[in-house]
Amino acid sequence: MATGVKPRVKVPGSASAGEVITIKTLISHQMESGQRKDSDGNKIPRSIINRFTCEFNGQSVLDMTLEPAISTNPYVEFQATVPETGEFKFTWYDDDGDVYEDSKPITVG
Amino acid sequence: MDFTRRETLALGAGAALLSFLPFRANAAAVDDLIAEFTGGAEMADAGVELNAPEIAENGNTVPIEVSAPGASAILLLAAGNPTPPVAKFGFGPLAGSQTASTRIRLAGTQEVIAIAQLGDGTFARTSKTVKVTIGGCGG
Repeated sequence: MATGVKPRVKVPGSASAGEVITIKTLISHQMESGQRKDSDGNKIPRSIINRFTCEFNGQSVLDMTLEPAISTNPYVEFQATVPETGEFKFTWYDDDGDVYEDSKPITVG
Repeated sequence: MDFTRRETLALGAGAALLSFLPFRANAAAVDDLIAEFTGGAEMADAGVELNAPEIAENGNTVPIEVSAPGASAILLLAAGNPTPPVAKFGFGPLAGSQTASTRIRLAGTQEVIAIAQLGDGTFARTSKTVKVTIGGCGG
């Protein structure tokens, strides 16, 4: 269903232990709300990303539920604590069952 | 067609009632969603912050920021949208701060509500009215 979905994530490459960093994520997705109608007056079925999670080494940072009121190309900015060297894992769940993933390593030094 | 005074008044009252009905239905939906999230608990006024523009030129993408120190979850609602829920943020143990920002759709000028479940299990609520010049829900 959804085509051309591309996640983009911005995470600093390194941090000091225990530092709080800002993470910015953007995923290109049309986020069809299910409210719009096409030129023939038929409702365009809803097709959105309904959940987004961010984990660091298996521990949860953010678990977000998205509704149709989230804009096209959902953008989320939040903060995370970095206790050690590891990897941030980002997961987006689409209405049609697709799962989009991205991960970013970070070094503590 | 002639109207007596009584008929005119009745018509006016009917029209006023009709125009209020969708809003009332929506308000009930919002109340239900809040009750579902809080379990009917009391909500404090302090403890959660909502940052939204006073005037949004384009309702399709309104930047919004919620923040509630120590919160485990924040629920975001738009009372005037066809479907009021907007998002729910759940903060895990590694969240650097209980702050998140995103972009949302608003169908028109309306109140945006944020409710946070704080660390001690209590709830806090705040709201902000956003003026929207161009609606963002198609239709």
